[in-house]
Amino acid sequence: MNLEKVVFGFFIILAMTLNFGFVFGDIHNPAHHHVYELFFAIIVNLIATVLKFGERTQIGAIHLASSLVADLGLLSAAWVWTAAVYIDGTGLTPDITASIVSLSAGALAANILSVIMLLVETVMFRR
Amino acid sequence: MHNTLFMILRRMRVPLIFLILSYAIALLGMTLIPGVDARGQPAPPMDFFHAFYVVSYTATTIGFGELPGTFSDAQRAWMTATIYMTVIVWLYSIGSILKLVQDPTLLHAAQRNRFAAKVNRLRQPFYLIAGCGETGTLLMHALDSRNQQAVVLDIDPDRIGALELGQYHLNIPALTADASLPENLLTAGLNHPLCAGVIALTNDDRANLSVAITTKLLRPGLPALCRADTVETAANMTSFGTDEVIIAFDVFGEHLALAVTSPGHHLLYEWLTGVPGDPLTEPLEPPLGKWVVCGYGRFGKAITHHLQQVGIELVVVEAMPEETECDNCIVGSGTEAHTLLEAGIQQAVGIVAGTDDDVNNLSIVMTAHQLNPDLFTVLRQNRHANEPLFKRFQANVTMQPSSILAHEFLSLLTTPLLSRFFTLIRAHDDAWADVLISRIAAVLEHSVPEVWDVELSSSHTEAIWEAMRDGAPVSLQALIRNPTDRDVELTCIPLLLKRGASETLMPEPETLLQIGDRLLFCGTRQARNLQALGLYNFNVLSYLRTGKDAPGGKAWRLLERLGNKVPPPETRSPEQS
Repeated sequence: MNLEKVVFGFFIILAMTLNFGFVFGDIHNPAHHHVYELFFAIIVNLIATVLKFGERTQIGAIHLASSLVADLGLLSAAWVWTAAVYIDGTGLTPDITASIVSLSAGALAANILSVIMLLVETVMFRR
Repeated sequence: MHNTLFMILRRMRVPLIFLILSYAIALLGMTLIPGVDARGQPAPPMDFFHAFYVVSYTATTIGFGELPGTFSDAQRAWMTATIYMTVIVWLYSIGSILKLVQDPTLLHAAQRNRFAAKVNRLRQPFYLIAGCGETGTLLMHALDSRNQQAVVLDIDPDRIGALELGQYHLNIPALTADASLPENLLTAGLNHPLCAGVIALTNDDRANLSVAITTKLLRPGLPALCRADTVETAANMTSFGTDEVIIAFDVFGEHLALAVTSPGHHLLYEWLTGVPGDPLTEPLEPPLGKWVVCGYGRFGKAITHHLQQVGIELVVVEAMPEETECDNCIVGSGTEAHTLLEAGIQQAVGIVAGTDDDVNNLSIVMTAHQLNPDLFTVLRQNRHANEPLFKRFQANVTMQPSSILAHEFLSLLTTPLLSRFFTLIRAHDDAWADVLISRIAAVLEHSVPEVWDVELSSSHTEAIWEAMRDGAPVSLQALIRNPTDRDVELTCIPLLLKRGASETLMPEPETLLQIGDRLLFCGTRQARNLQALGLYNFNVLSYLRTGKDAPGGKAWRLLERLGNKVPPPETRSPEQS
């Protein structure tokens, strides 16, 4: 067993689960989507991205790309949230909540892809 | 490009993760710790937006003060912890970046990438030169002044550094790398479609050999020119088809013999293979008679071999006759007067100081000069750094293996016709060469000429091709007259005309040219540029031919041809259609 692989797998799966936890719930209801979940999802995603830096294989490149996509989705969700609450002052209306959640759902898709690739890589790994 | 980027990303992983974590912890704390309102009453903690704002400015600048509102004591305690944590993490990250920037592996990777990109961008044929020591540098200067591109590999970073400081017109890509590794040769453009040839000039025979092998295996069609120091290496290189192998000492001996027996030929060779623009060297007149050769190493052997071939009486002085297999020689280093006297220095006409030690060589010629002031002195200079000493002594001939090699390679590279020319003039005697030398000297005004060849074909010389297609006779006159005034001759001399298998030395101006002819010229750069006008421009050519200006553009020429009832040619050259 390789500790590096454990850490790598841990962060990728954690990124997906946290992301899923945030997205899960009624898309229009702000009470179902807690800000801390989004915060941790972003932090763990960023760490997962950094862990994927410098992989030169083809699968490593796709890994990094999917992580970057997830970061983009989650950071845009956070930005929409900030803009709605502090800049516009609209507040978390059902519409705004829906767009925040759908942006992070997009990120979730990328994260699921990451996990699938992790599994594929593991299954293909023979010695 | 990608290599360095990946390398940077990989090395920055740990600092980046620390940075993300420290920000996350600081942010989290600020969103959990209760604040205080303007009246000193407890207030809810900060939200993420404001916490991010506060942490961002605190981590990078240790704060603008307590913004947006006054902090509670708990928040101040947390901010203190945040400052120490983030500052340390930032220092660590910046330190890693600085270390990375100075990392020799990374720097080398970056240099390599820049070099490879430069080579890839080359849009004119180039020579790949492995080794830019003294020979390489001379060769590059000469190539550069002939506007020929080179790409350079050398194992010594100092030489590459010196190259970057050198004065070159062209931007010469150079890399510190071991040329004996195929990978480095590939980076330097061995597979580049415009690579015109590979020249191995390192001072290591093994390296030259492996450059030759690599070239012949990966690009069999590409000319490979190599320097070899021993006859065995030379034989090895020739065995697998290396195009030209030059043994420095051998060429050296051959040239000295040439200089002694036919100074005219030697001078011609020196002039035509020099760096254009340099002053012309003075003719030498080494005397015939008894010569003393000091040092019977590789150099001495080559010299004695070639001098004996032309029938010169020789006495060899050698310090270690057993090691150098010198059967019939006077033992001694030649630096002492008695050895030289024993060798008969007083009856000799010339002395060759050819040991591999510069100081000894100087000592030999100085002692010999005192014993016999009329001696013709030939000095071997091993190291370029000793130049001032050799300049001061002013021997009749100072031979530097590096410059001889460079001349030899240049004569091969400049144009294939030039080495043909040298072969052909061997058949003529020295008087013939002297006539040619005086012609060149009269035309060229004391500086080394440019040497170029002209191939008459539809793609290379369109105007001439067009004129001949119309049936107009074009004589060599048209190429050696000034396009602004055809009564004035250009400062250039046609040296050789090659038509199929026949070769004519010094063709007459009245010679009628044919398509497919190849001509070798020497002359000034200005003459070369003016000549080019007539080769490519139909109107200029027609003025040069007839003294009259032809009608302007292609359409007018077509009309004129129709008016004259000259039938247009039925078939055009495939290159044109």
